[in-house]
Amino acid sequence: MASYKAPLRDMRFVLFELMDGEDIATLPGYEEATRDLIDSILEEAARFCEEVLLPLNRSGDEEGCVFENGVVRTPKGFPEAYKAFCEAGWPGITASPEFGGQGLPKVVNGLIEEMICSSNLSFGLYPGLSHGAYVALESHGSKELKDKYLPKLVDGIWSGTMCLTEPQCGTDLGLCRTKAVPAEDGSYRITGTKIFISAGEHDLTDNIIHLVLARLPDAPKGIKGISLFLVPKFLVHDDNDLGARNSVSCGSIEHKMGIKASATCVMNFDEAVGWLVGEPHKGMRAMFTMMNTERLAVGLQGLGIAEVSYQGAVAYARERLQGRSLTGAKYPEKPADPIIVHPDIRRMLLTQRAYAEGCRALGAWVARHLDLHHHPDATMRQQAEEFVSLMTPVVKALLTDLGSEAANLGVQVFGGHGYIREHGMEQYVRDARIAQIYEGTNGVQALDLVGRKMPADMGRLLRRFFHPVSNYIEEKASQAALTEFVDPLGKAFTRLQQATIKVAQAGLRNPDEAGAAATEYLRLFGLTALAYLWARMAEVSLPKAERDDVQGFYAAKVATARFFMQRLLPQTGALFSSIMAGSKSTMAFDEAAF
Amino acid sequence: MKVLVPIKQVIDANVRPRVKADGTGVDLANVKLSINPFCEIAVEEAIRLKEKGKASEIVVVSIGPAKAQEIIRSAYALGADRGLFVETEERVEPLAVAKVLQAIIAAEQPGLVILGKQAIDDDSNQTGQMLAGLLGWPQATFASKLEVDGDRATVTREVDGGLETLALTLPAIVTTDLRLNNPRYPTLPNIMKAKKKAIDVKKPEDFGIDITPRLKVLKVSEPPARKPGIKVASAEELVKDLKAAGVL
Ligand SMILES: Cc1cc2nc3c(=O)[nH]c(=O)nc-3n(C[C@H](O)[C@H](O)[C@H](O)COP(=O)(O)OP(=O)(O)OC[C@H]3O[C@@H](n4cnc5c(N)ncnc54)[C@H](O)[C@@H]3O)c2cc1C
Repeated sequence: MASYKAPLRDMRFVLFELMDGEDIATLPGYEEATRDLIDSILEEAARFCEEVLLPLNRSGDEEGCVFENGVVRTPKGFPEAYKAFCEAGWPGITASPEFGGQGLPKVVNGLIEEMICSSNLSFGLYPGLSHGAYVALESHGSKELKDKYLPKLVDGIWSGTMCLTEPQCGTDLGLCRTKAVPAEDGSYRITGTKIFISAGEHDLTDNIIHLVLARLPDAPKGIKGISLFLVPKFLVHDDNDLGARNSVSCGSIEHKMGIKASATCVMNFDEAVGWLVGEPHKGMRAMFTMMNTERLAVGLQGLGIAEVSYQGAVAYARERLQGRSLTGAKYPEKPADPIIVHPDIRRMLLTQRAYAEGCRALGAWVARHLDLHHHPDATMRQQAEEFVSLMTPVVKALLTDLGSEAANLGVQVFGGHGYIREHGMEQYVRDARIAQIYEGTNGVQALDLVGRKMPADMGRLLRRFFHPVSNYIEEKASQAALTEFVDPLGKAFTRLQQATIKVAQAGLRNPDEAGAAATEYLRLFGLTALAYLWARMAEVSLPKAERDDVQGFYAAKVATARFFMQRLLPQTGALFSSIMAGSKSTMAFDEAAF
Repeated sequence: MKVLVPIKQVIDANVRPRVKADGTGVDLANVKLSINPFCEIAVEEAIRLKEKGKASEIVVVSIGPAKAQEIIRSAYALGADRGLFVETEERVEPLAVAKVLQAIIAAEQPGLVILGKQAIDDDSNQTGQMLAGLLGWPQATFASKLEVDGDRATVTREVDGGLETLALTLPAIVTTDLRLNNPRYPTLPNIMKAKKKAIDVKKPEDFGIDITPRLKVLKVSEPPARKPGIKVASAEELVKDLKAAGVL
């Protein structure tokens, strides 16, 4: 059976040792978020995830969701777990106290989201979607809509969805065909078909609040003609009682590779009653507001899977006896050595570990900047926003790509026992896979990075990352103890700088150049960011490893940093060569020859 | 009716305890400490009584080193109303605890005291019984079910081979067994509120009670490692070995 212990020790390290987490409570609005409180919250969240969500992960996968006569049944135990989740107040962690939330920092929420995803990714999607709907509505909805819908979304009694995708309209939202026609009472009638809608229909909540992209009759063509509407499953009376069923229904659910306990629905809107959120034709603006939060959240799904797969793999590698160590038996009293002695197994475990811990630091670093939204100084706010905007595609794509890689390594460590279902390792591979696709495919994240973020304001966004890293390298260059970390970081960073110039210049001449390099460029960027954080983690841990390191935590940190620098970061060399080779070999290939 | 729940901080049930190198006790530095599971059940039971309208106020009390104050907050997060903390760095024995509780009870006048049947660190299983003796109150230990009606309580106890049901007149002492209830998860709003709630901190001297231990711990050691078993070739050999070992 799968086991998982939330990595609280490492989370505290990231929050309070790598970063100055105590600082959070100095931000206006976050006064309560003291270290003491954050500790208690993380601990309780861990307990809930381990005891309530984890046991439903494999059964939920085996059972899946069931669709019958327009109704979706979630797997056994899900409704009860969801109820307990809401009763404990977890849906409202970051929501504004004005609507019944706890107004806690996003960086804390990010760590909790990781735990939820490690324990039960499918489950996490239900409250996750509600959170997305909350964010969009809170920033763009009218006061009336907010007062009516937000409190119930915050306490989880109702859930939310994001209805963007249609059969002909995936990445390219400009192709949206769903129609919205104004009615006399100021509401709208929404008609169209949405597909792949997570949590579109289920049995966890009394009502479901759909946020739907649709086109008004006078809408300009393409992406500039999209508006956002709120369409509840049940209409809501002014006294907040549920009224008639709205004409929105679930036509079927998808049979899919993973996240089987999450209902992925075809939603049919047939003159359903809806209300405009934000301004007409400005739907994409509302979408972009929630995207930073949501894309970061999807990145954390990858991280969550990497962590839980790593924990499973380590436990197995200690137990499974096969072969002897190449340098002579390490456990002569046993019939064979545990596979953890083999270099190739250690390579896999350390790769998983270095990715998981590095990505945790990266996710928290970016989430921390989301919280600076509360900073009293306008320049700080602006810079933090620019940093988040730059790093969002990197976090989304890097964390989900590495999450998938880590999940695959987890299966490999188990050998055939990983491929069969019993141990749950293959489920991680299947569950992790979707995170590379939804909320903007990773290819599209890479395009966002090179096409939008890189050229923005003559590279001003880029400076939010480049400056702290180059300053760090300069500052630490003379410290001998850090050379083994700062030198490789410096090398990767130089590659990133050169690749940036190349992609920017070549991209100006020929956009296909940027497009062809985008995915490799994002990976190079992401690995450099991880290298920066690993260097800093090593720096923090080195002196602590010397004294009072009872559990060996700091020594292991330094050792993992070393592995990352020596065995993983060199990938940047290959990425660099491939970027510098340009797009020609890719684009010159005759389409007919495919 | 006021319900008093004495609680203790212990090494977390999921932690593997290690004995200190000098054999003076269990190493508590850098290990997770939590509310004793039986005490948590006691708090939960008190909250359920309050939810059923049988209890009006839940007062939790703990006696221990400064950092044990945390468990008063854990109890607040579950729903306790008020907390009293008696701070001492001294190792406390059941009799000392019972005496301090007796003094607190004299001041608080609860109608019911619910304790865990034992703490999982020293497994003494004495405090509730001693407290009942000192107070001259009726006691029902190892409760697996508790019902309160007016000034009467009915307690079902798990005994060897079955269940025993006792009727008590309040005020009384009840100690909890594992199956009495399943403690709830604290809610996020309650965790946050718990941080802000005041705790009334006292010292044993404030009650004029001498808590000096009466027992001296000579040595604490790990249980001896289990010796590996052997495989016997036949039933005869097994019987022979058992006879040799004096078992048969
Ligand atoms: C399980 C699941 C849950 C989902 N949940 C939701 C949900 O809740 N709400 C919702 O609205 N949608 C949801 N989706 C839809 C998801 O967001 C889309 O599948 C995704 O955005 C990609 O769209 P598509 O499938 O149409 O692929 P396409 O857009 O057709 O893309 C196909 C391929 O082409 C690439 N591509 C497309 N355009 C470009 C371009 N301009 N340049 C370079 N490459 C390009 C893509 O990267 C991809 O590799 C979900 C999907 C799944 C499978």
